[in-house]
Amino acid sequence: MESIGELLGFHHPDEMREFFRKKSKKMTSKLTDLKQAVSLVKEGDYISIGGFGTVRIPTAFINELLRAKKKNLIAACFTSNVDTDLLAAGKTFNKADASYIISFEALGAPKVLKKYFESGSIQLTEWSNGAMGWRYKAAAMGLSYLPVRSMLGTDTQKYSAAKEVTCPFTGMKYLAVPALYPDVAVIHVHAADIYGNSYIRGVLVADVDIAKASKKVIITTEKIVPTEFFRDNPQNTTIPFYQVDAVVVTPYGSYPCNMPYEYFMDVDHLREFLKAAEDEKTFQEYLDKNIYNCNDFYEYLDNCGGIRRLEYLKDLESQIIIEGGLR
Amino acid sequence: MNTYNDIELMICVASRIFEDGASVSVGTGIPCAAVMLAQKLYAPNILITFEAGAVAPVLPAMPISVGDSTTMHKALQTGSTCDQMEMIQRGLIDYCFLGGAQIDAYGNINSTVIGDYKKPKVRFPGSGGANDFASMAWRIVMVVPHSIRRFTNKIDFITTPGYLTGPGAREQAGLPPNTGPYKIITNLAVMGFDEETKRMTLESIHPGVSIDDIKNNTGFELIIKQTPKQTEPPTQEELRILREEVDPFKAVIERKAE
Repeated sequence: MESIGELLGFHHPDEMREFFRKKSKKMTSKLTDLKQAVSLVKEGDYISIGGFGTVRIPTAFINELLRAKKKNLIAACFTSNVDTDLLAAGKTFNKADASYIISFEALGAPKVLKKYFESGSIQLTEWSNGAMGWRYKAAAMGLSYLPVRSMLGTDTQKYSAAKEVTCPFTGMKYLAVPALYPDVAVIHVHAADIYGNSYIRGVLVADVDIAKASKKVIITTEKIVPTEFFRDNPQNTTIPFYQVDAVVVTPYGSYPCNMPYEYFMDVDHLREFLKAAEDEKTFQEYLDKNIYNCNDFYEYLDNCGGIRRLEYLKDLESQIIIEGGLR
Repeated sequence: MNTYNDIELMICVASRIFEDGASVSVGTGIPCAAVMLAQKLYAPNILITFEAGAVAPVLPAMPISVGDSTTMHKALQTGSTCDQMEMIQRGLIDYCFLGGAQIDAYGNINSTVIGDYKKPKVRFPGSGGANDFASMAWRIVMVVPHSIRRFTNKIDFITTPGYLTGPGAREQAGLPPNTGPYKIITNLAVMGFDEETKRMTLESIHPGVSIDDIKNNTGFELIIKQTPKQTEPPTQEELRILREEVDPFKAVIERKAE
């Protein structure tokens, strides 16, 4: 089967070797603010967001990206919903690799954005979640593809940009998924030092490979910790400093999403998002209130109930993940 | 007699499929509820994995996302999506558990578009992990409400492979041998697949349902070899544990089956 999807985010591994050769490996402070970090995203860039749909999403960064009115990006819609739905709401991208889009899983799908994806204004290339994970992994390994046993024989294969290859040892048919080297990645973490050494607790999704594969890596973090946190226990280093270009402190920076071990998702607010997205007018009002008319992320948090609400979500999280049930 | 709704019926019937010690990859919603019920009643040693990375959690409540904190409670490992998919690719996962907007007689699933791909009438989320699960797990189980719209002769897009075009087609496409659709559980019946033709067959009918009800809700010819068995209705114990322990907030069991 020949695939007909457009190949996005692909670079020759030798070109990437030259790029990574020149990238600074000095351990210097990368602390900056959201506005500066957003300015690292350039017109036409391929952007990858870490986390998983409603979990560990760098919402504070994405809201700032929308306020900066970035356009013409290419997005990785991998295990994504709140992240790419916000990017789509801001009409920031017109091409995307899609493995899971639009729906907030068990909560439902925002109607207005469903319509936007149905309108044909975003050009998609189809993948499975596994294929996207392996595309990042191929890039993380410094290769041009990985052979996998997924997607074969389906329309998902047809509308992808993968190619069939034959194993030189067994003669088996494999699907070669092309390496994905994003221009910029944004990953929200539990803790980081000023140099970009980063710690993630709980599921990693594809973030370790995304950070290896990307030209630029922006880390948003719940808090800054001293480098000793990593030096005393190197296993804490989920993402090392030499891959990182910017570090931004954004406490509660994943709200209204779930930051494992810190705070649970705000289901009521996500439902408010879904309700607002029933029609264009109410959705625009939602975006104005919560993003465009806010000076910064703290104003959005205040809109949503501020410290009182956040304390509630922290308590909910400790009930779920530590106590294992709701009181 | 116990009273129950369609969703409760599907979850209880699905929970009986797994043998103790089986390994399973699950998504949110009905599949997750069925696996949680199985863990509490029939298969205490079931190995549960989620594609966001969590392995062997003790689920305290129904997850909203397959990556949320409930999937990490007392988990023995929190790895990556590749880790989970590679576990399936190495042959370690017995069952995967899926839903879908359209299904055909060979168990192929559409969760991408209704209508033309470039300008679809309806756009759905796409594969997610479903294609990986159904390509490489040993047995595919689907739990979906039964309707003529969903059980259709020609699906608009094969997101996820069933038996593709029939016998030998999976192997020819390059998919691992001895894999494929195993059971489909709906609110009307349990279906399996014919060894020879790889087409869907009727296995058992739920209480109060007639063969005509099933035919009228299926858009292709279902193979009916002998008089189908009656499905055992949900037991009191299944319903109690489902309502009190698995889904006490009625996140799944009070949704409409449509």
